[in-house]
Formats: sequence, C-alpha cells, structure tokens
Amino acid sequence: MPDPVFEVSAVTFRYHQVTALENLSLTIPPGQRVALLGANGSGKSTLLRILDGLIFPDTGSVAFCGESLSEERLQDAGFARQFRRRVGLVFQNPDIQIFSPTVFDEVAFGPLQLQWPKEKVRAEVERMLEAMKIAHLKDRSPHHLSTGEKKRVTLASVLVLDPAVLLLDEPTAALDPKSASQMIDFLISLRGGAKTVVATTHDLDILEDVADYCFVIQAGRVVAQGAPAEVLRETSLLEQTNLVHAHRHLHPSGEIHSHPHLHSHKH
Amino acid sequence: MNFLERTLSSFVNAMERALYAEELAQANGLLQRLDPRIKVVSMLALVIAVAMAHKLWVIGAVFAGAVLLAVSSCIPLASLARRAWIPVLLFTGIIALPAPFVVPGREVWRIPWLAWPITAQGLSSAGYLISRVETAATLSLLLILSTPWSHVLKALRVFRMPVVLVVILGMAYRYIFLLLASAHAMLESRRSRLVGKLEGPERRRLAAASVGVLISRTLEMSGDVYDAMLARGFRGEVRVLDDFRTTPLDWIMLAVLAALAAAAFYGGR
Repeated sequence: MPDPVFEVSAVTFRYHQVTALENLSLTIPPGQRVALLGANGSGKSTLLRILDGLIFPDTGSVAFCGESLSEERLQDAGFARQFRRRVGLVFQNPDIQIFSPTVFDEVAFGPLQLQWPKEKVRAEVERMLEAMKIAHLKDRSPHHLSTGEKKRVTLASVLVLDPAVLLLDEPTAALDPKSASQMIDFLISLRGGAKTVVATTHDLDILEDVADYCFVIQAGRVVAQGAPAEVLRETSLLEQTNLVHAHRHLHPSGEIHSHPHLHSHKH
Repeated sequence: MNFLERTLSSFVNAMERALYAEELAQANGLLQRLDPRIKVVSMLALVIAVAMAHKLWVIGAVFAGAVLLAVSSCIPLASLARRAWIPVLLFTGIIALPAPFVVPGREVWRIPWLAWPITAQGLSSAGYLISRVETAATLSLLLILSTPWSHVLKALRVFRMPVVLVVILGMAYRYIFLLLASAHAMLESRRSRLVGKLEGPERRRLAAASVGVLISRTLEMSGDVYDAMLARGFRGEVRVLDDFRTTPLDWIMLAVLAALAAAAFYGGR
C-alpha cells in the first residue's frame, strides 16, 4: 500500500493569540481529489499553507510521502527542489501569485528557479500557454488581465512544473460563471488518479463534481469527513458549520419561506 | 475640485500615462522592432556624446535625429513635447536663467530700466545647458516609450546590472499599479461618503491615514508574495530568462546609431 501523500497528525497552529488549527489530523491518499470544506476563518487556507511547507505547526507533525515535512528538512536543497517540483499551490488571490512583469515571465519563474535548462523552460512555457489558451497574453502585464485570466495564469504557472500534487485555495472564488465552469471542468478532468488534488472551498454546489472525498473543518478541527454525498446529507452539521443557511426564498408554487437548503442543479 | 477629487484624478492620470506608454511600446514602429539591448546601448552612447559636445549644431543634429526616430516609431511629437520638452524647458530654464546675466563676456543687450547686461557667452552657456538636457531627455524618453519596462530592465543586464535588482524593480513596477488601484478605491469610497469640504487638518489626517493603511497592506502582501515565490522554488537566488534575439535590422541600426554617436563625439569636440 503506497504511503499517503500527506499525513497530518495532531497539528496545532496559532497566529499570535489566535488558534487557527487545533489538534487537527487527516490523511490524504495518492490520486484522490480531496475537498477541505469550511466557512471563512475555519483554518482551511492555513492548513493548505502547512501542507505546502510555507508555515509549520506549533505542535504535531506533517509527513509528505512518508517523509517528515519540517522547516529543517526543507533547508536541504535537494529535498526542497523535489518537494517544490511535486507539490504546487495555487493561491486564492491571484495578485499575490502573479509577481512578475509579464505572463511569460510568470509561467517561467518556477522552472527557472528549479534550474531547468533555458531552452526547456522556453519550450515548456510556450506549450503550457497554448494548453491554457493564454498564449495571446504572453507579453501582457498583470494589471491588464481580468480575474479569470489571472486565475488561468496562476494555474499555468504551477502546472508547467507538472506537479503530482495540486493544492488549490478556493479555485472558483471571484470568478464569473464561465470562468468558474472552466475551472470546474479542469478539476473534473483530474478524476481518476492523474494527480492528487486538495482544494478548499465552501461552494457545496460543485462539491460532488470536483471531489472524491471531503473533510469538514470548523474552528481549526475536522468535524466530519466522508464522500461528498454523505457529507451533503448532514444538513444540521452543514448549518452548524455555516456551510448552508436558512434564507427566505420563493418556491415555484409562489410560497415564500425559509429553511436550510442547498441550491443544486442535478440531472 | 477638492482635495479628494484632485488626488483621485492624479492617480487616474498616472495609470493612464503608464498604460499609454505600454501601448506605444507595442506599436509597429522602427524602435519597437529593435532588440532592447541595442536600444539601451545606443541611447546611452548618444546621451554621453551630447553631454560632451561643445558645438550647438552637433547637439541640434542629434536632437533632429531623435525627432526623426520618434516619427518613424509612431511616437507622437505632442507626447514628447508634453512629457519632455516643455517640463525640461521650464525646469532647466529656471536653472539657466541667471547665466546670461552673470557669465562675463561680450554684451549683446541690456534690459531697459534694470540696466542688466546680457552677454553672448551667458546666452551660449544657457543654450548649451538647455539643449543638452532636452536632447538627453528626448533620447531617454524614446527608449522608455518604445520598449516595455520589463525589457528595459532585462536589457540593463548588458551593463552587468545584478539580476536581483532587475527582479526587484520589475516587481515594484508590477505592484505599483495594484497599490494605485487600492489607493484609488480607498479615496473613492471616502469621497462617496463626503458631504461638504475637507479642511486642511482633515485633509492631512486623511492623507496620513491612507498612507498608513497602504503601508500596512503592502507589508502584508509582501509576506504573501514571498510565500508565493517560495512555493515555486525560490531559495534566495533569482533567475530570469532573457528572450532577446537580434535580427539584421538590429545590427544595421546599431551601426547607424553608433556612427551618429561617434560623429557627435568627435565633431562636437
């Protein structure tokens, strides 16, 4: 049985006086698409940064493919290069991730830092820009890009390294419906074990499409886990974790009332 | 126009000027087709030649050449006048203004009532200063308007400029627009809730608070950007990709501009 991609054991993390994660444990097997569900401030993004080795827990441990993922371990240049090659994080705010003057430079940044030969970098960047349908943006400055275009650039800048693990922080946030559906299509295409995907979201409408398994996080702890269909049936849990809400709405019959519910478009 | 509106207007103008410069840099003109390294080296050589020239007609000839380059590169002369010629004339003119009166020499005229003499040598000094600065500013502006800023920075590597400096300046350019947009949004939101006029102390308080908030956001964002760099393999040493490829036109223009610079240098001695 292969090692889990990530094994998080009793991790606690605090931002000064605020506890973001408390005694959190979970395991992510290889080839699975995992969703981390939770309301704003539940600790999802913090967990993602811990999985990407950008911050380290105050207590507890994290292992990547059986190896300890610690600050000391990432000091080793060889391990760090391998880890960064195999794990890619797409941030929620694309303006953080797009820091180069042009789209081409941005997509080339990762391969260059991993010391790929320059000819290979050029070829792979051109290929990725074509694959993401953003070749026409290659010399564009980031402030000329729409949010959807920025998201595609951030995805391209990570996918160019062909990582085995993708960490996505709210991949559909702030996207118009068309851009969001393109992102969802991309996540659906990863079904079947091509890559391990860990995505944070609080959008339950897309959950069954983009995830094979999910963890529900509240106040820095895992409060539920299971297949999306199982989790979605737990209405009281979802209400308790602020993932669904009761709001007044109009039924086709003309009746107006309120109750906790999900909006779904199942065929 | 009140303080908020003036500030908002200045932010919008700054962004528009930058965007306009980027559009010009993408035009299909002569300079735009040249390798940025060729442009940087040639313009620098011409600026040095002009700075060392001691004949006004030589400086004038280089200036005329710069105007010709502007026309063949689809850069409007009105744009050059607005961004370089008029501001330089005003600024350098003020500096050069005392020269005709204080430099000793052959008197050519005396100001009526004041009886201040104006000397030929004084006029010549002022003329040299203004013409050198105008020509140098024109050449520099041609480089900036015909080349994307990121390419200018990379081209400076030909002078062994450190890579880290190129990357820092490139990132600064990238994030200036984001900060301008953020400041614009802050002031617009303030303006939407403003009734009446802001007095002096209020304006200063608002300016100080805005600066403080922007600094705070910048610091927070810089930490996140650093994390984003780490996440893609950055370990303290930056690498950039120079995608410049020279063509026969580059070498022809280098020869022409180098010859012009050499002629200006030797002809102006």
